[in-house]
Formats: sequence, C-alpha cells, structure tokens
Amino acid sequence: MTLLIEPDYGTPASKRDEKVTVDIDGKKLTIPADTSIMRAASMAGISIPKLCATDRLKAFGSCRLCVVEIEGRNGTPSSCTTPVAEGMKVKTQTPRIDRIRQGVMELYLSDHPAECAVGDECEVHAMATRVGLKSVRYAGQTHLAIAKDESNPYFTFDSTECIVCNRCVRACDEVQGTFALTIENRGFEARVSASGTSFIESECVSCGACVQACPTGALTEKTLLTIGAPTRTVLTTCAYCGVGCTFKAEMRGNELVRMVPFKDGGANAGHSCVKGRFAWGYATHDDRITMPMVREKITDPWRQTSWEEAIAYAARSLKGIQKKHGIKSIGGITSSRCTNEEVYVVQKMIRAAFGNNNVDTCARVCHSPTGYGLNQTFGTSAGTQDFESIEHSDVILLIGANPTAAHPVFASRMKQVLRKGAQLIVVDPRAIELVKTPHIESTFHLQLLPGTNVAIINALAHVIAEEGYIDREFVNARCDMKSFSAWEEFIRLPSNSPEALESVTRVPAEKVREAARLYASANNAAIYYGLGVTEHSQGSTMVMGIANLAMATGNIGRPGVGVNPLRGQNNVQGSCDMGSFPHELPGYRHISNPLTREIFEKIWGRTISAEPGLRIPNMFDAAMNGDFKGIYIQGEDIAQSDPNISHVHAALGAMEMVIVQDLFLNETSKFAHVFLPGTSFLEKDGTFTNAERRINRVRPVMPSRTGKSEWEVTCDLARAMGYEMNFESGASIMDEIAATTPTFAGVSFAKLDEAGSLQWPCNDAEPEGTPIMHVDHFVRGEGRFMETPFVPTDEKATRKFPLLLTTGRILSQYNVGAQTRRTANVIWHAEDILDIHESDAEMRGITDGSWVRLSSRVGETVLKARITDEVPAGVVYTTFHFPESGANIITTDYSDWATNCPEYKVTAVEIAPSLQGPTTLHLQGAHGDVQLESIIRMANQIAANVPTHAAPELAIAHHFVQFWSPEMRERLHNEVDKSRLSALVLKALELESSPAK
Amino acid sequence: MSYVPWSKDEASRLLSQTSVQPGPVLISLQAIQTFFGYVPDAAIGLIALACNVTRAEVHGVLTFYSDLRTAPPPTHHVRVCVAEACQSVGSRALEEGLRDAGLGYEQAFCFGNCALGPAVNINSKLMGRASVDSVMKEMNE
Repeated sequence: MTLLIEPDYGTPASKRDEKVTVDIDGKKLTIPADTSIMRAASMAGISIPKLCATDRLKAFGSCRLCVVEIEGRNGTPSSCTTPVAEGMKVKTQTPRIDRIRQGVMELYLSDHPAECAVGDECEVHAMATRVGLKSVRYAGQTHLAIAKDESNPYFTFDSTECIVCNRCVRACDEVQGTFALTIENRGFEARVSASGTSFIESECVSCGACVQACPTGALTEKTLLTIGAPTRTVLTTCAYCGVGCTFKAEMRGNELVRMVPFKDGGANAGHSCVKGRFAWGYATHDDRITMPMVREKITDPWRQTSWEEAIAYAARSLKGIQKKHGIKSIGGITSSRCTNEEVYVVQKMIRAAFGNNNVDTCARVCHSPTGYGLNQTFGTSAGTQDFESIEHSDVILLIGANPTAAHPVFASRMKQVLRKGAQLIVVDPRAIELVKTPHIESTFHLQLLPGTNVAIINALAHVIAEEGYIDREFVNARCDMKSFSAWEEFIRLPSNSPEALESVTRVPAEKVREAARLYASANNAAIYYGLGVTEHSQGSTMVMGIANLAMATGNIGRPGVGVNPLRGQNNVQGSCDMGSFPHELPGYRHISNPLTREIFEKIWGRTISAEPGLRIPNMFDAAMNGDFKGIYIQGEDIAQSDPNISHVHAALGAMEMVIVQDLFLNETSKFAHVFLPGTSFLEKDGTFTNAERRINRVRPVMPSRTGKSEWEVTCDLARAMGYEMNFESGASIMDEIAATTPTFAGVSFAKLDEAGSLQWPCNDAEPEGTPIMHVDHFVRGEGRFMETPFVPTDEKATRKFPLLLTTGRILSQYNVGAQTRRTANVIWHAEDILDIHESDAEMRGITDGSWVRLSSRVGETVLKARITDEVPAGVVYTTFHFPESGANIITTDYSDWATNCPEYKVTAVEIAPSLQGPTTLHLQGAHGDVQLESIIRMANQIAANVPTHAAPELAIAHHFVQFWSPEMRERLHNEVDKSRLSALVLKALELESSPAK
Repeated sequence: MSYVPWSKDEASRLLSQTSVQPGPVLISLQAIQTFFGYVPDAAIGLIALACNVTRAEVHGVLTFYSDLRTAPPPTHHVRVCVAEACQSVGSRALEEGLRDAGLGYEQAFCFGNCALGPAVNINSKLMGRASVDSVMKEMNE
C-alpha cells in the first residue's frame, strides 16, 4: 500500500437533516443545510485553498485564503465560515480571488523559511504554489530567529515555521480538551505558546492532536525529522488500553516513522493519546528477546536455542508432569495484550492438547466481575453501548474509573460532551481529574471510602425506589418481574437508605439523594465504570448493582444510556470472548453444556472435559499444594501484576515447568524454564476487541522479529504434545472462531477489511454488527434484577494498619510498564509515587518527596511520598508500573466472592518515614495449607454474598458446581474443618454431593 | 497610588469575588493588578484555578492586553495621548518637552478626551490641556 492521504473537507459535517441546493463553479449539488461552502465545494470535488481550516475543528476564518465570490453578495467571504444557502451561486476562482490569495500567501511567505524541514508536508509552500505566487516583494522584521522548543521527547515546536493559524490551539481545546496552548501577545508579536513556558513544563499531555493539526512544520514528530518521509501506510490498532484506537502506521521501508490516528477509526475518530501516538518505541527496543531460551533450573543462566529444541523441551517436560501428577497438573494463562486469534489458539491448546480446562486469563484480575455481573443481569458479558453513544447522554455516572489517565481518548470525548452541558456524577475515593478540570466541573463527587461501593449503589437505588423514580413502564415491559419485586423489597429496606449508610460510606446522605435524583430524572443517563468497581471483594455485586440501577430507571437499549465497563487492556473483551475462562468455551458458553462442547469436539477431534478448571489464584494455591506443576504464560507478568506477590513467587517457584511467551524478560520469567519470544503488535496479524465490542484489525507493519507468529509457536507446542493443531493464518483462526461461536458467526478478516471494524454480535441477525445491545429485549430475554446486600470486606483498617491503600494507573505509564518504561514516557513518570493526604503525612512526620515505608499484613516496600489533596485523609494511593517499588507486595489475596478478581483497591496499610529508598523486596513466606485456607475463605465469602431471601444454599451449591474445579470441591467436602464453615455453606454442601475422585 | 504587597490570601479573597462573574479571567486579572499594581507570576495559577481555566488561557489574556503588567509599575505611570486629535493640539511638542525633562512615559491612543487635548494620564488620573509644567506639577504632588 502507498501512503494513505485522508481527505480533509475543511469543516466538520453538518448535523442538519434539511437539504439545500447550491451551485459551485457551475456544479449543482444538494447537501445538508449549514454545510460550509468549503465543505460543499470539497464534496463536489473542488478543493478551495486553505490553511487554518481542517474538518476536525470548527471553522475559524483566520487565514483569508479560502475566500470566494457569491453571486448577489458583496465582498469575498471566507468559504469556511459561510454556510451554504438555497439557490446560492458560488465562484471559487476568479481573477480577483486569485489576486487576493496571492497577496495573502505573499505575506505568509515573507515571514516563513524558504525551505521547511518537513518538505511537502508544509502546506504554506504547497498553497503558495497552488495560488500561483511567483515571488515575495516584502522584506522586514521576521520571526525566523526564534529558537526551537525541543523539550517534548516526541515532537518539536519550531516557531519560525508557525503561521499562527490557531489549528494547534483549537485542536488542544476542541478535540483533546486540555487547553494547554494559547496565542501569547498580539499583533506582530503574537505567537503560539504553551502556557508561556516550554512544552514539557506546560500543561500539555502530549496527545499529539496539535502535531496532527499543524499545517506546517512548526509542530512535527521528531521521528519524521530523523527517519524521513514515510512512503507507505498500514492501518492497524493500538495495543495499549481498551479504547482500541485505529492508527495509520506510516512506514519508510520496514521502519515505523510515526503513528497517526485515523479519522475513520470507529473508536477514536482521529484522536490519540501519548501512549498510542508516541510510546511505541518499545516494539523495536534492544531488550526484545528474539531467540527461544531454555534452562534446567531457574537458578541456571538462560541458554539460547532453536525453536525445535525449546518446544521439544517444553513438551517433554509438560508430558512428564502429566504422567506423574495427572492430566490436570498443568495449565495456562492467556493474555489480554494478544490478539483474539492468539488467545483462541492458546485456550484450544489447553483444552485439546493439555486435555483439561485449566485456562484462565489476566481479565481474572481486572474485569472478571463485569463478565459475571452483566451475564447474570443482562445475559451477556459486555458493555451495552458504543463510544459514540455518550454524545447523547445528559447525565454521566462515572464510578471507579479515571478515564483521563487510563482511557485518555475516550476521556476527551467525554470532556467534549461535558463541555456541551452534560452533567457528571463521580463516585470515587479520589478527587480524579474529571471532578474539576478546566472548563469541567462535576455536579456531584461522592467521595466514598474504598470498599463501600455496594453501599453507595444501594443507597442510590434506594432513593430511586423510595422517591418514585422507577421507570415502571420499562421494568414491566422488559424485566423479570419476580426478580424485580424481590429486589424492590430489598432495596427499600431502611438499612439501604443513604442516611443509614452514611457512616459506612462517609458520603453525606443528602448528596447521595441529590445525585440519585439527577441520574434518575435525566432523559439519557449513562454509567461508565472501571476497575474501581470490579477489583473489590464485592466486585461482582457492584456490577449487578450498576445493572439494577440502569434497568430500574429504563436507561438501557438506546443511544446515550447503558452500562459501560471501560476495559483496561486492548483485548480484555476479546480474550474473555475467546473462551479464556476455565468454566467457559468461546462466546461465554458454560463448559458443562454438552451441545456447546460437541461443536468444538467435532472440529477439534478431542473430547473436552465437562468440569471447570482452575482460575489463576486457584492455580497458585494448587501449586503450593503440589498438584499443579506446569504453566504456559502468554504475555502477562503475573509476578508483578498479581496481588500478594510473595504468594505468586512461592507458587511459581514450586512449579517444574514455567513457560513464558513474552517480548521481554520480566519478573515472571525469573521463574521460567522456557522463554518463547513473542511478537509486538506491529508484527501481529489478527484482531483486538475493544470496550465497545468493536473488533478491530491488527495488521503486521513489519516482519516478525522472531521469525514466527505467536500462534504458530502455540501450535508447535500443541503438536509436540501430541495434538495435531494447524492453522494457515490469522484469518483461518478467525474462520474457526466464526464457525464455532454464534456471536462471531458473521466475522471474517475479509469483512473486517471491508467494514473497517465490526461490533459483535455480528451474525445473520445482525450482519453489520451491533453498536447498541439489548435494544428490544435483553440477551437473556428479560432483564434480571439481583439483590445486592452490602457485605463489608474483611480487609479493614485496624490500629496496626490504619490507612486504606488503593491502586491505579497514570497517563504516561501502562500497567506493569513493560512497554512504557522502555519509552521516553519515563520523562513524565520515572517511578511509582505514594499519594498521601496532608493530615496523614503530618501526623507521621512525612514530607513531600521523602521516602516512605509502606506495609500491609502481607508485605512491605518503600516509595516516594507526594502530599496531595487528591486523596482524602485515611486513604493512600499508588501505581504499579515499576517492579522496583512492587506495589503488589502489599496487596492481599482477598478477592471478589464470585470471580476471585483480586481486591486491589482496598488494602489496610501503615506508612512511616524511611531513611533509604527501595532495597531488596521484602517477601514473606507462606505458612500452612494455603489452598485449604483459600477454599475456606472463598466458600464463606460466597455464602455471605448470595441473596438470602430465596434458597441461598441452592445458589451456593450451584456456584460451586459452576465455577469450582472438582478437586477444590472435593477438598471442601472432605478435608475442611466444618466448624470453620458458615451454616449456609454447610447447608449447601448437603445439597451438592462430593465429586467422585 | 499605593499598592499592597503580594499576598496569596488577599488574592484568593479578590478572586472569590471576580471568578464568579461572566468573563472572569479578564476581570480577575484587572482586580489583581488594581490591588497589587501588577500581575505576579504567582497569581496566574490562582486565577486559573479560581476561574477553572488553564494557565495557558490566563497567559493568553494577560499577554494580549498591553495595559496588564507582569512587573511592578514605576512610581508614576505616565501615558501621553498621541492620537490625531491630541497631535493636532500639540502632543508631539509635549512629548519632546517631557523627554527633555527626563520623564519616562508611554504613548497611548485616545482617552476619549479629545476636546481637551493634549491629554495625559498619570496613575489613572486624566489631565486635559496638559503641558510640561502641569504634568511635572502633578508628578510632584
């Protein structure tokens, strides 16, 4: 493919339905009213010269180059700011207009470098040629001596090339919503400025919108200057967060020059953030491992070897383990960073070649409660809307998410809607940026104590039920009335009132009431949430509480409403869709269903076990118990990202064969025996599915550095294990997915290439995909209300650990930092920082920037302190981007009752001043029968969380059968001291017979 | 005219009144300058926060208006009108006289006092029919 130049119509499309007919240079065309003359001309194939106009920004009318003549009107109005009118006759080129344009361009060129560093990219020179300017008569004062601002690591600002057209300033304001740029001074002195300082010291967040908007070489990617002009374009998808932005990878040979957001990108509509736009250098970093490596013991040095030997060694060892310890003694973890195709192949290998269901995915530790909660209530494990939907929202309820840091491109869209007048309710322990940020102020910030989400959602629902805000018409028509009646009775209990829960949540009752009224009385109210909802002991309960709220107020099934999980990783949605959970086959179909198994058994030629396998934490427990000895880990650094690292390290250390497939050596590979080098997103041929269920193509822009696709390696291992698994290409894997999974039945690479992207379900019923779900009926038929009793977490602030730690992500870094730490993004954030409220710091003698020892009951570490009012007193906050700080040494193995999603967001801690920085990580050993303790804790937790009104013991027994492996159930039956189980668990055990050994 | 030394508390008090008005940035900048004599760098962040805009936006407004200062003003701030009406009744001669007397001044373009030119503005006090003598007299008071 050659270089893709996207058309620029000069001004945005009109949103009017009414049409008018105009005549431009003798061409008649009928177009929506309010379209600018410039855009109309462009649509007619007539391009009017322009500099300050671009179709992603509102018309500005400052460059005076786009002037036209209109019959019957005086003067020469600018075509960008003049809308078409019925019967209008326009001339875009006359001798008079030529003279004006030449005059304008002569003035521009009189203060512009004769040659620009970016060559043809500079529209000033292009326009000068275009309008026929021959020479410049003017000499005098210029700006040509101003020094370049090279402070940003990714782009330069060269004021000498700047024509002060305001495109950068407007892009920063209108698109990104950061308002970091301005024009300083006036008249001849007027220049573009980043808050009067250098870019790096300014409020700029380096999203790249200004660079993209700049018509000259004033704002330019540094790589464009060092590598040179790109010669071809490959459309692909960003591999960072769950927004899933479409980018044009602009290449010079096999070298990536720059990533430019694609205007037709379904998720990003031409916008980007610092990570996707600039932080891709890791993909070709020298740290990349490109040859397979093996070793006998984890204390041995790595030895490079051939693919054949590495695969043979891994297979031999895994088979040996299975022979000795049973078929279920090995398993694997799929990665949400990998493509759908790569994930599908790994779960297939585990189910067909390993012969068990011990497959889990990193979504276990982030959005597994979303899967559970939305499946229970709506019938499918996915968000209900597309991103565009937010433009129709009047009220946005944002819970436990920090989009400006974690989903920046979607945050910009949200900010646009908020600036237009939508109201925002933030539910978060921290004062996140959206609570108050330039030109935006949330109407309510319910600043709850970490761990009290369910109390807040119940209080909100209580007000809605008690004050008559329930949308009876919607509920009657669309929901299961039996479940609704039970829920209504439950939610109206006085114990769920905001007043009763005020002491728990710390949020004033009146504020909760007002926020509930605002949400419930909006025409269109939408809920967006993140890991602040899921990563709790009641993560699943909270997701169901959110679904209840949306159903009760009728906010489901049309644009502007819905329940929207913001996915953390690029392919969390996809990895879950692909059957990565131990109890589900692709498309969220339970493993116990013989009809589903049959579909796969036919194609795979193997019998699939009907019993759920082990979840990630169960695998660790089993490893500690000596029952689980081998693991295949695809692109995930569990030894840094998973909670209670001491436990993870001990479990990995107890295994005989740890296979890591990754780009880089990482914390987990310290425990590995085989390292299989992976491919970066720039080398993959597949698909990612974003938070709006949008399946985006990932296309290889350069050859694989390892010589193989990741799925080929997985197939090699499966074959070496004795299972003939072969695919020709990524496309053929998708064909198998489509053939086995009804929601993907209509998906193929060919169709994706044609449509750009597709939102599942995509099948005969919805051949073009489904932007908004549950429009006429819920996937499960009727929407089901679930009772959501608030059960406080066992992780409580105590005298020894009086503060609550909560963790998250910041803008410039990404998760375990394997990628972003290997880019210039470290300039913004080079280490993890502990945010502390002034009063907590003062009382302990901690000062801003000093070292602090952070300890919980499971471990301790040392971090630098930042004193801030973004956290309330009693709460501290940090990120987990750097292995040295090891935030997850502190977090515990407490988890969501239904899904075992770790309770990352609540850990009781204490802090104290420290004289020195981080030394060696302090890991605690495990004691006693770890697995048995987990089983007891999990069983009691399930009993505490199921609704008590109707046969709770049945629900508990059902949960065990659905989600627990037979071995765990057997230990629960036969080995647990019954006095340590709650009465409900015991009743459930009577119903559920022990699985035969 | 005397100004108050910079105080964050005083500035916050002023901003609590100005930031709620329509078009708050310019009004806030004016209030700060009227009170402290100029707009210190420290005020920019406070104004941005109070008006819920960025530092960049405050910087843009601040540098656009030549009447807004970022450094303390001279003891006497003298501005001589050099627009057409005042020029026609002798403002050029007045400028020459002031230069000879060693007095620093700024040029301004019309105070709306054309009937009484030449017009001079000293520390925001407007003088009509100004002469070197009347200006020097005013300066010494």
